[in-house]
Amino acid sequence: MDHLILRVTTKLMFAPIILFGFYVQFHGDFGPGGGFQAGVIFAVAFILHAFCFGLEETKKVLPQKALTVLMVIGFLFYAGTGVVTMLLGANFLAYDALVPNSTHHAGQHYGIILVEWGVGVAVAATMLTIFYHFTGREPDIDQEDW
Amino acid sequence: MNLIAQLPVLPIVVPIIAAPITLLLPPGRAPHLWASLFSWLTFAACIALFMQVSANGPISYELGDWAPPIGIEYYVDLANALVLLLVSGIAAVVFPFAYRSVQLEIDERQTPLFYGALLICMTGLLGVTITGDAFNVFVFLEISSLSGYALIAMGARRDRRALTAAFNYLVMGTIGATFFVIGIGLLYQATGTLNMADLAQRLIGQDNRMISAGFAFILVGMGLKLAMFPLHLWLPNAYTYAPSAVTAFMAATATKVAVYVIIRFIFSVFNFDFAFIGAAFTYVLLPLGLAGMFVASLVALFQEDVKRMLAYSSVAQIGYMLLGLSFATVEGLTATLVHVFNHALMKGALFMAVACVVLRAGSHSIHAFAGLSKRMPVTTWAFIISGLSLIGVPLTVGFISKWYLLQAAFEAGHWYAGFLIVASSLIALAYVGRVAEVMLLREPAEEGKYAMPKEEAPLSMLIPMWVLVAANIYFGVRTDLTGGIATRAAEALMAMAGGAP
Repeated sequence: MDHLILRVTTKLMFAPIILFGFYVQFHGDFGPGGGFQAGVIFAVAFILHAFCFGLEETKKVLPQKALTVLMVIGFLFYAGTGVVTMLLGANFLAYDALVPNSTHHAGQHYGIILVEWGVGVAVAATMLTIFYHFTGREPDIDQEDW
Repeated sequence: MNLIAQLPVLPIVVPIIAAPITLLLPPGRAPHLWASLFSWLTFAACIALFMQVSANGPISYELGDWAPPIGIEYYVDLANALVLLLVSGIAAVVFPFAYRSVQLEIDERQTPLFYGALLICMTGLLGVTITGDAFNVFVFLEISSLSGYALIAMGARRDRRALTAAFNYLVMGTIGATFFVIGIGLLYQATGTLNMADLAQRLIGQDNRMISAGFAFILVGMGLKLAMFPLHLWLPNAYTYAPSAVTAFMAATATKVAVYVIIRFIFSVFNFDFAFIGAAFTYVLLPLGLAGMFVASLVALFQEDVKRMLAYSSVAQIGYMLLGLSFATVEGLTATLVHVFNHALMKGALFMAVACVVLRAGSHSIHAFAGLSKRMPVTTWAFIISGLSLIGVPLTVGFISKWYLLQAAFEAGHWYAGFLIVASSLIALAYVGRVAEVMLLREPAEEGKYAMPKEEAPLSMLIPMWVLVAANIYFGVRTDLTGGIATRAAEALMAMAGGAP
């Protein structure tokens, strides 16, 4: 088997990278971190996998169809949080409505965690979609075909 | 949920939630129906918002309950309520119209992406219009522009030149957006705030290099986005090679929203106490507006491609809007707002007529229009009536625009501008007349590339197109609607800027 060391290392690294992604993700509401950075880290794990095992192998785990769905779900998590606060009678994205009568604005915490989660999922899916399309691109168009 | 209190955010939330769901729908009919439905819901929200603003005055909405100037504020007064109504109204007409045209011009597998991008583009344009936060303008501007580039590039299935056109627009548009954000950055550096109303307060008395540089960056950046002559070079190709429905939507809305942003910044953020505003009017907007009116009209006269001709005509019409603005009077501003509204109606209808011809003849070259009155009489007359409106014939909206503009020119003492407006209308007569002559008097090609069956466009396209044509006539007769609202909006803006009433 080719590139054995690379492949074994990648297998070892994969889970810690995802774990680190989660760490950055859940750090988002009270420290440096957040959905965007975490989303990129999630995507990096899969991109590393694609580098060492080939795009086709990665697509077996995460096909493009699933990524599209994840993108939509991520976005709807964000916007949906806003809609929920609207349905609870507050303004769009006014998280305090999630936990009314809280003495220390607990709703703000819940709200930002939900929103960051949406951002993380959407960013990871979008990064991978871009990567899939660049690496899985068909050869350049001939001059004749223009 | 209190629907009335949440009204200002609905024009953004409704389409932005609908857009990603479009991606999950099966290709074909479903994405179109879904997008059309939500364009109507958005239009309904905009109508309700407009009624409210018209009755009770400006509305402010705090996103996430963060009070301005720290939080993002949506601020709706008559001027942007009118533009909101326009953008969502055009969308509500173009989205249903698009189906057959898109079926022909776009790969069916891409339809969910296409309608999703169209909804996002509309959201971006509405967001630029509705927000009261200067940086938020930039964010929404990029949302609408990025989806716009993708939409234009989708024309590549019929003509690969759409790719270079979209790339050109991407480069120019990004330079424009960057200039705009540099301008905002300079203002932020000077004042420490991004809220427009707060900016206006804190800018009072601060007349220095940084502020004038900030204004210059904003003006040039927006000038690129609205295709101000001579920054219009991206526009003709982008409009020519984009899918027909996209051209109809973007020609009627994208540049208009950029004109609105310039108006908003000049009147609500800056004011007439800044010497550079007056200088910008006299030395930038007035000469460039006049030059655009003539140069672009003359170029339009010699185009072999009807879509490209109309695109150059758009550049010329933007000249009229800048001209009205440059008078710095209530009348001039009214004329600009009226023309923003009216030009969207006529260009929308004209590009829709072109889309009908493309559907049947497969080309937008002027040769495809030969003898069109014998093959597609309903489309022909829609083109001719909205063409007359473009020229400014009485009983159409074009006449109202020109009337307000002429009045404003004479009252501002720019009598020569009045004559130049009439003169450039005559050029419009020539280029519209040229197409009309080909459609009415030439014999249709019996064989060869441009031969086509004697078949009218489908009803799903004719009805939306004629709705816009009817609007051209309706608002041309009921002048009190647009004119009255534009006058009230202009007076309010002028009062904000502290200009002479």
